[in-house]
Amino acid sequence: MADDSINKGRRRFLTASTAAIGGAGLIITAIPFVETWLPSARAEAAGSPITVDIGKIEKGQMVRYGWRKQPIFVINRTPEQLQWLPKQDPRLRDPQSDASQQPEYCKNGHRSIKPEWMVLIGICTHLGCVPDYKKKVGPEPFDPDWKGGFYCPCHHSRYDMAARVYDGVPAPLNMVVPPYHFVDDTHIQIGVDPKGAA
Amino acid sequence: MGAFTEWFNERAPGLGAVYKKHMTEYYAPKNFNVMYYFGSFALLVLVNQIVTGIFLTMFYTPTAAGAFDSVQYIMRDVNWGWLVRYMHTTGASMFFIVVYLHMFRGLMYGSFKKPRELVWLLGMLIFLVLMAEAFMGYVLPWGNMSFWGAKVIITLFSAVPWFGHTLVTWIMGTFVPGDPTLNRFFALHVVALPLVLLMLVVLHLGALHEVGSNNPDGIEIKQHKGHDGHPLDGIPFHPYYTLKDLAGVGVFLIICAVIIFFAPSVGGFFLEHDNSIPANDLVTPATIKPVWYFSPFYAILRMIPSKGLGVLALAASIVVLFLVPWLDRGRVKSIRYRGLAYKIALAIFAIVFFLLGCIGADLTPGWIVGIFGPNADITTIENLFGRILVILYFAFFAFVWVYTFFGFERTKPVPERVITHA
Repeated sequence: MADDSINKGRRRFLTASTAAIGGAGLIITAIPFVETWLPSARAEAAGSPITVDIGKIEKGQMVRYGWRKQPIFVINRTPEQLQWLPKQDPRLRDPQSDASQQPEYCKNGHRSIKPEWMVLIGICTHLGCVPDYKKKVGPEPFDPDWKGGFYCPCHHSRYDMAARVYDGVPAPLNMVVPPYHFVDDTHIQIGVDPKGAA
Repeated sequence: MGAFTEWFNERAPGLGAVYKKHMTEYYAPKNFNVMYYFGSFALLVLVNQIVTGIFLTMFYTPTAAGAFDSVQYIMRDVNWGWLVRYMHTTGASMFFIVVYLHMFRGLMYGSFKKPRELVWLLGMLIFLVLMAEAFMGYVLPWGNMSFWGAKVIITLFSAVPWFGHTLVTWIMGTFVPGDPTLNRFFALHVVALPLVLLMLVVLHLGALHEVGSNNPDGIEIKQHKGHDGHPLDGIPFHPYYTLKDLAGVGVFLIICAVIIFFAPSVGGFFLEHDNSIPANDLVTPATIKPVWYFSPFYAILRMIPSKGLGVLALAASIVVLFLVPWLDRGRVKSIRYRGLAYKIALAIFAIVFFLLGCIGADLTPGWIVGIFGPNADITTIENLFGRILVILYFAFFAFVWVYTFFGFERTKPVPERVITHA
């Protein structure tokens, strides 16, 4: 007959080590299942650069393109629209685009390579809606002193003509400018930086 | 029949006992009023959602290319497909109506108070899973509102510090909602979440039947038992309450049938017309608003002028409901015997919840133009009004804690036995 007394210390150790090793095994087994939710190789491959013809875009007109299933806005800004930009600075949350996303070569007052050509990812930085292009200057229900820009219908966020966000709206940042460069005067390629730029 | 029952009971002696415990010998207070219908209605709607949902999966295609067309196929070509789908969509909204009333009943009669805290917590978990279930179900038809709703709600998670954007991509499985998103939402909507929901419902009822039902007088019927050991103020759930509920179900189903047959979209509240347009990732619908049952919470998100704080407030508005049993320290359960200030506060809370819903449903711009004229500054007025409502929403919970914790509440004497109005 073996000793009937219970070695509580050993029992605790065995319980704890079994639980720890079993728990570790469960976590390791969970990893593949969790990672199935990450973008698949097919989803990753779907995002190659696009080249678009901007020659037919008139002054003040906006044209949408799709890149990585995201809307790309290309706007041929008029001199009047450009002239309003610096005057909006006091009303903006991030007028110098310090906190916002854009390539280094677009971190300037007009947030673009050429002042008149605005290229941006047309997605509100609040919750990802596509803002409307409201170019008409004048009182609007959402802003009595509207100088043209973008207005998000979802949560009423407002941006100026350089897609810089106004203060006092839910969106935290200016809209994102994608990497792009001019192939020639009438074509831009979206998704690739200009030669020499990082 | 007798021989069969005997044969059966010998082999499964526990089942009869379970039936007795939860049906014929579950003593429920005899003074239930109309507010006590909504628990059984919720159960009925759950059964409806499962049955109609199973039939919908037989015809639905969970791919971005095929989903929208398969829903049109169900609506036009499948025999009675329109009925099955309208039963499912109407059921979704009715689910939230009965659940909101069920929760309001809990706040009225203190059904969350000791010893029923666990019942409340399990109920809140059901509410949470139900919201996830409803949201994912809403995405499946892959209309334009489905798509943008999915995008906005998933992007909420980008407010999480450090890895928010990775989390968003992980949930979507791609960079904008697409096939991977739709496939996983389908799996969660038809398999994973219903299983969790069913388990939680079993636990919710199990926890309730351990402690017994509360009642409009908010007193414990188990404190007065007869010679047979059963509560004097209790009656067996079956047949008394099954029959009472059956009568209620008759009325409830008439209301549901009127909606299903005559106004299945309920003026854009149960089904939104923007969702009759296929998903388009380059065009946002003119006004994005969630289905009505999310609109109060959505309004809280929208009224806060900061993304991080808005999402935090949205989360807090739901988390705070979990905490109600510990915020409300009052000993008296039922609103019948509670202090006047609690009655007023609860009434204001209900109105605030409703008005937040109106803001979230985008009804307020019309009201503002009606009151202040066409040149009114809608954004400023709506924000002012909405922010006051957000403050009032949270103030209810703060008030209840202060009112009960510091003993400001003056309650009326609670009767020993339930009051019946003969």
